Amino acid sequence: MASSEHTREEKARLDDAFSALYKAHLRDVYSYSYYRVGNHHDAEDLTEQTFLQAYRHFERAQRESAGRPLRPWLIRIAHNLAANYYRDRSRKPQTPIDDAGVLSAPHTTEDLVEDRDELARILAGVQKLPDDRREALIMRFALGMDNREIARALGRTDGATKVLIHRAIRQLEEIVKQAEGPTEP
Amino acid sequence: MSEQFADFEGRLRRALSPVEPPAELEARLETTLGSLVDMATEELEAWELSSMGDPRNWTRIARPVAAVTVGSAAAVGLVLVRTQRRRHKRRRESVGSVDLLGRTLRDLAREARRVADDVF
Repeated sequence: MASSEHTREEKARLDDAFSALYKAHLRDVYSYSYYRVGNHHDAEDLTEQTFLQAYRHFERAQRESAGRPLRPWLIRIAHNLAANYYRDRSRKPQTPIDDAGVLSAPHTTEDLVEDRDELARILAGVQKLPDDRREALIMRFALGMDNREIARALGRTDGATKVLIHRAIRQLEEIVKQAEGPTEP
Repeated sequence: MSEQFADFEGRLRRALSPVEPPAELEARLETTLGSLVDMATEELEAWELSSMGDPRNWTRIARPVAAVTVGSAAAVGLVLVRTQRRRHKRRRESVGSVDLLGRTLRDLAREARRVADDVF
Protein backbone atom coordinates (compact mmCIF):
# COMPACT_ATOMS: atom_id res chain seq x y z
CA MET A 1 0.00 0.00 0.00
CA ALA A 2 1.62 3.22 -1.21
CA SER A 3 0.54 5.53 1.61
CA SER A 4 1.60 3.14 4.37
CA GLU A 5 4.90 2.55 2.58
CA HIS A 6 5.41 6.29 2.54
CA THR A 7 4.49 6.51 6.23
CA ARG A 8 6.95 3.75 7.06
CA GLU A 9 9.74 5.46 5.16
CA GLU A 10 8.95 8.75 6.85
CA LYS A 11 9.00 7.09 10.26
CA ALA A 12 12.31 5.36 9.51
CA ARG A 13 13.76 8.71 8.47
CA LEU A 14 12.52 10.34 11.67
CA ASP A 15 13.88 7.52 13.84
CA ASP A 16 17.28 7.79 12.16
CA ALA A 17 17.28 11.54 12.65
CA PHE A 18 16.33 11.16 16.30
CA SER A 19 19.03 8.56 16.81
CA ALA A 20 21.60 10.98 15.36
CA LEU A 21 20.31 13.77 17.61
CA TYR A 22 20.54 11.50 20.65
CA LYS A 23 24.10 10.42 19.87
CA ALA A 24 25.23 13.97 19.15
CA HIS A 25 23.76 15.52 22.29
CA LEU A 26 23.60 12.92 25.03
CA ARG A 27 26.67 14.44 26.68
CA ASP A 28 25.23 17.96 26.38
CA VAL A 29 21.94 17.00 28.01
CA TYR A 30 23.71 15.02 30.72
CA SER A 31 26.18 17.83 31.48
CA TYR A 32 23.39 20.39 31.63
CA SER A 33 21.30 18.13 33.88
CA TYR A 34 24.24 17.38 36.12
CA TYR A 35 25.15 21.02 36.70
CA ARG A 36 21.48 21.88 37.27
CA VAL A 37 20.64 19.21 39.86
CA GLY A 38 24.09 18.65 41.36
CA ASN A 39 24.20 14.87 41.54
CA HIS A 40 24.55 11.98 39.12
CA HIS A 41 21.46 10.04 40.15
CA ASP A 42 18.99 12.83 39.42
CA ALA A 43 20.99 13.91 36.37
CA GLU A 44 20.46 10.43 34.89
CA ASP A 45 16.71 10.64 35.51
CA LEU A 46 16.51 14.12 34.05
CA THR A 47 18.47 13.07 30.95
CA GLU A 48 16.23 10.04 30.44
CA GLN A 49 13.06 12.10 30.75
CA THR A 50 14.43 14.76 28.41
CA PHE A 51 14.98 12.27 25.59
CA LEU A 52 11.60 10.61 26.17
CA GLN A 53 9.88 13.99 25.89
CA ALA A 54 12.00 14.87 22.88
CA TYR A 55 11.03 11.63 21.15
CA ARG A 56 7.35 12.38 21.64
CA HIS A 57 7.59 15.80 20.04
CA PHE A 58 10.46 15.26 17.64
CA GLU A 59 8.48 15.28 14.42
CA ARG A 60 6.90 18.65 15.13
CA ALA A 61 10.15 20.13 16.40
CA GLN A 62 11.96 19.06 13.28
CA ARG A 63 9.24 20.49 11.08
CA GLU A 64 9.20 23.82 12.91
CA SER A 65 12.97 24.16 13.24
CA ALA A 66 13.29 24.81 9.50
CA GLY A 67 16.73 23.26 9.45
CA ARG A 68 18.09 25.10 12.51
CA PRO A 69 20.02 23.03 15.09
CA LEU A 70 17.82 21.26 17.62
CA ARG A 71 20.20 21.46 20.56
CA PRO A 72 18.53 24.58 22.05
CA TRP A 73 15.18 22.79 21.85
CA LEU A 74 16.60 19.75 23.68
CA ILE A 75 18.16 21.91 26.38
CA ARG A 76 14.92 23.82 26.77
CA ILE A 77 13.14 20.53 27.47
CA ALA A 78 15.76 19.70 30.10
CA HIS A 79 15.41 23.21 31.51
CA ASN A 80 11.63 22.84 31.89
CA LEU A 81 11.93 19.39 33.41
CA ALA A 82 14.55 20.63 35.87
CA ALA A 83 12.19 23.44 36.89
CA ASN A 84 9.45 20.84 37.49
CA TYR A 85 11.92 18.72 39.42
CA TYR A 86 12.49 21.51 41.92
CA ARG A 87 8.84 22.55 42.02
CA ASP A 88 7.53 19.00 42.56
CA ARG A 89 10.01 18.21 45.26
CA SER A 90 9.92 21.74 46.71
CA ARG A 91 13.66 21.87 46.98
CA LYS A 92 16.82 23.42 45.71
CA PRO A 93 20.20 21.67 45.62
CA GLN A 94 20.95 20.75 49.24
CA THR A 95 24.65 20.13 48.84
CA PRO A 96 27.37 21.72 46.76
CA ILE A 97 27.74 20.22 43.32
CA ASP A 98 30.15 17.28 43.02
CA ASP A 99 33.49 18.29 41.59
CA ALA A 100 33.14 16.16 38.47
CA GLY A 101 34.44 18.93 36.25
CA VAL A 102 37.40 19.53 38.52
CA LEU A 103 38.29 15.85 38.59
CA SER A 104 38.09 15.46 34.84
CA ALA A 105 40.29 18.45 34.06
CA PRO A 106 44.01 17.82 33.48
CA HIS A 107 46.31 18.89 36.31
CA THR A 108 50.01 18.79 37.11
CA THR A 109 51.06 17.34 40.45
CA GLU A 110 52.35 20.67 41.83
CA ASP A 111 49.23 22.73 41.40
CA LEU A 112 46.69 19.98 41.95
CA VAL A 113 45.44 20.97 45.41
CA GLU A 114 45.45 24.72 44.83
CA ASP A 115 43.82 24.33 41.43
CA ARG A 116 41.12 22.03 42.75
CA ASP A 117 40.31 24.45 45.55
CA GLU A 118 40.01 27.31 43.12
CA LEU A 119 37.78 25.43 40.69
CA ALA A 120 35.65 24.17 43.59
CA ARG A 121 35.18 27.81 44.71
CA ILE A 122 34.05 28.70 41.20
CA LEU A 123 31.57 25.81 41.15
CA ALA A 124 30.23 26.84 44.56
CA GLY A 125 29.91 30.39 43.23
CA VAL A 126 27.94 29.19 40.20
CA GLN A 127 25.41 27.64 42.57
CA LYS A 128 24.91 31.01 44.28
CA LEU A 129 23.96 32.82 41.07
CA PRO A 130 20.32 33.60 40.21
CA ASP A 131 18.76 30.78 38.15
CA ASP A 132 18.85 32.51 34.76
CA ARG A 133 22.49 33.57 35.12
CA ARG A 134 23.55 30.13 36.33
CA GLU A 135 21.78 28.46 33.40
CA ALA A 136 23.33 30.78 30.87
CA LEU A 137 26.81 30.02 32.21
CA ILE A 138 26.21 26.27 32.16
CA MET A 139 25.07 26.49 28.54
CA ARG A 140 28.00 28.67 27.53
CA PHE A 141 30.85 26.96 29.35
CA ALA A 142 29.77 23.35 29.94
CA LEU A 143 28.00 22.92 26.60
CA GLY A 144 29.86 25.46 24.47
CA MET A 145 26.65 27.03 23.14
CA ASP A 146 26.88 30.41 21.40
CA ASN A 147 24.69 33.42 22.23
CA ARG A 148 22.11 32.59 19.59
CA GLU A 149 21.66 29.01 20.79
CA ILE A 150 21.41 30.12 24.43
CA ALA A 151 18.89 32.78 23.46
CA ARG A 152 16.71 30.15 21.78
CA ALA A 153 17.00 27.79 24.75
CA LEU A 154 16.06 30.50 27.23
CA GLY A 155 13.45 32.20 25.03
CA ARG A 156 15.29 35.55 25.03
CA THR A 157 16.71 37.85 22.41
CA ASP A 158 20.36 37.56 21.37
CA GLY A 159 21.12 40.97 22.86
CA ALA A 160 19.48 40.20 26.20
CA THR A 161 21.39 36.92 26.34
CA LYS A 162 24.72 38.63 25.72
CA VAL A 163 24.05 41.04 28.58
CA LEU A 164 22.87 38.19 30.82
CA ILE A 165 26.09 36.24 30.30
CA HIS A 166 28.30 39.27 30.82
CA ARG A 167 26.59 40.14 34.09
CA ALA A 168 26.67 36.51 35.21
CA ILE A 169 30.45 36.33 34.74
CA ARG A 170 30.96 39.65 36.54
CA GLN A 171 28.79 38.56 39.47
CA LEU A 172 30.50 35.21 39.70
CA GLU A 173 33.90 36.84 39.66
CA GLU A 174 32.84 38.97 42.65
CA ILE A 175 31.48 35.95 44.51
CA VAL A 176 34.72 34.02 43.97
CA LYS A 177 36.87 37.00 45.04
CA GLN A 178 34.91 37.27 48.27
CA ALA A 179 35.27 33.54 48.88
CA GLU A 180 39.03 33.76 48.40
CA GLY A 181 39.25 36.46 51.07
CA PRO A 182 41.58 39.50 51.19
CA THR A 183 44.86 39.10 49.27
CA GLU A 184 48.23 39.37 51.06
CA PRO A 185 49.87 42.84 50.86
CA MET B 1 37.46 42.54 27.34
CA SER B 2 40.20 42.76 29.99
CA GLU B 3 42.90 40.12 30.32
CA GLN B 4 41.72 39.40 33.85
CA PHE B 5 38.18 38.88 32.61
CA ALA B 6 39.37 36.53 29.86
CA ASP B 7 41.46 34.61 32.38
CA PHE B 8 38.45 34.18 34.63
CA GLU B 9 36.49 32.82 31.67
CA GLY B 10 39.24 30.25 31.17
CA ARG B 11 38.98 29.13 34.79
CA LEU B 12 35.21 29.03 34.51
CA ARG B 13 35.48 26.87 31.40
CA ARG B 14 37.68 24.42 33.31
CA ALA B 15 35.37 24.37 36.34
CA LEU B 16 32.33 23.69 34.17
CA SER B 17 33.95 21.11 31.93
CA PRO B 18 31.52 18.70 30.22
CA VAL B 19 30.49 15.64 32.23
CA GLU B 20 30.50 12.27 30.48
CA PRO B 21 27.30 10.30 31.00
CA PRO B 22 27.76 6.91 32.72
CA ALA B 23 27.98 3.97 30.31
CA GLU B 24 24.99 2.26 31.92
CA LEU B 25 22.85 5.33 31.26
CA GLU B 26 23.71 5.18 27.56
CA ALA B 27 22.83 1.48 27.43
CA ARG B 28 19.58 1.97 29.32
CA LEU B 29 18.50 4.94 27.23
CA GLU B 30 19.20 3.12 23.99
CA THR B 31 17.12 0.18 25.20
CA THR B 32 14.27 2.46 26.26
CA LEU B 33 14.29 4.47 23.05
CA GLY B 34 14.58 1.24 21.04
CA SER B 35 11.44 -0.05 22.80
CA LEU B 36 9.59 3.12 21.91
CA VAL B 37 10.67 2.88 18.28
CA ASP B 38 9.58 -0.78 18.13
CA MET B 39 6.35 0.11 19.85
CA ALA B 40 5.57 2.71 17.23
CA THR B 41 6.48 0.26 14.45
CA GLU B 42 4.12 -2.35 15.81
CA GLU B 43 1.43 0.27 16.05
CA LEU B 44 1.96 1.05 12.38
CA GLU B 45 1.76 -2.62 11.44
CA ALA B 46 -1.43 -3.04 13.45
CA TRP B 47 -2.88 -0.09 11.59
CA GLU B 48 -1.99 -1.71 8.25
CA LEU B 49 -3.60 -5.01 9.21
CA SER B 50 -6.77 -3.34 10.35
CA SER B 51 -7.01 -1.13 7.31
CA MET B 52 -7.13 -4.25 5.10
CA GLY B 53 -10.51 -5.07 6.59
CA ASP B 54 -13.04 -2.31 6.91
CA PRO B 55 -11.15 0.97 7.30
CA ARG B 56 -14.21 2.83 8.49
CA ASN B 57 -14.33 0.66 11.60
CA TRP B 58 -10.98 -0.97 12.14
CA THR B 59 -8.77 2.08 11.95
CA ARG B 60 -10.84 3.73 14.63
CA ILE B 61 -10.72 0.80 17.02
CA ALA B 62 -7.66 -1.37 16.43
CA ARG B 63 -5.03 1.34 16.26
CA PRO B 64 -5.50 2.83 19.71
CA VAL B 65 -5.96 -0.63 21.23
CA ALA B 66 -2.72 -1.87 19.65
CA ALA B 67 -0.90 1.29 20.73
CA VAL B 68 -2.10 0.99 24.31
CA THR B 69 -1.32 -2.74 24.50
CA VAL B 70 2.19 -2.51 23.08
CA GLY B 71 2.83 0.78 24.81
CA SER B 72 1.76 -0.65 28.15
CA ALA B 73 4.25 -3.51 27.80
CA ALA B 74 7.09 -1.09 27.08
CA ALA B 75 6.00 1.18 29.92
CA VAL B 76 5.81 -1.69 32.43
CA GLY B 77 9.33 -2.68 31.42
CA LEU B 78 10.50 0.88 31.97
CA VAL B 79 8.89 1.05 35.42
CA LEU B 80 10.58 -2.22 36.44
CA VAL B 81 13.99 -1.10 35.16
CA ARG B 82 13.77 2.20 37.01
CA THR B 83 12.55 0.59 40.22
CA GLN B 84 15.28 -2.04 40.02
CA ARG B 85 17.92 0.68 39.76
CA ARG B 86 17.05 1.96 43.23
CA ARG B 87 17.25 -1.42 44.98
CA HIS B 88 20.65 -0.82 46.70
CA LYS B 89 19.50 2.50 48.10
CA ARG B 90 16.28 0.91 49.40
CA ARG B 91 18.20 -1.91 51.07
CA ARG B 92 20.58 0.57 52.70
CA GLU B 93 17.78 2.70 54.07
CA SER B 94 15.29 0.03 55.14
CA VAL B 95 15.03 -1.27 58.71
CA GLY B 96 13.56 -4.70 58.00
CA SER B 97 11.90 -6.78 55.35
CA VAL B 98 8.46 -5.19 55.86
CA ASP B 99 9.95 -1.73 55.55
CA LEU B 100 11.87 -2.83 52.45
CA LEU B 101 8.68 -4.16 50.87
CA GLY B 102 6.88 -0.89 51.65
CA ARG B 103 9.69 1.16 50.11
CA THR B 104 9.74 -1.06 47.01
CA LEU B 105 5.98 -0.64 46.51
CA ARG B 106 6.22 3.12 46.98
CA ASP B 107 9.05 3.29 44.41
CA LEU B 108 7.00 1.20 41.97
CA ALA B 109 4.01 3.51 42.33
CA ARG B 110 6.17 6.61 41.95
CA GLU B 111 7.92 5.30 38.84
CA ALA B 112 4.60 4.19 37.32
CA ARG B 113 3.24 7.72 37.72
CA ARG B 114 6.37 9.22 36.18
CA VAL B 115 6.44 6.81 33.23
CA ALA B 116 2.77 7.47 32.58
CA ASP B 117 3.58 11.19 32.39
CA ASP B 118 6.62 10.60 30.16
CA VAL B 119 5.33 8.07 27.68
CA PHE B 120 1.58 8.58 27.27
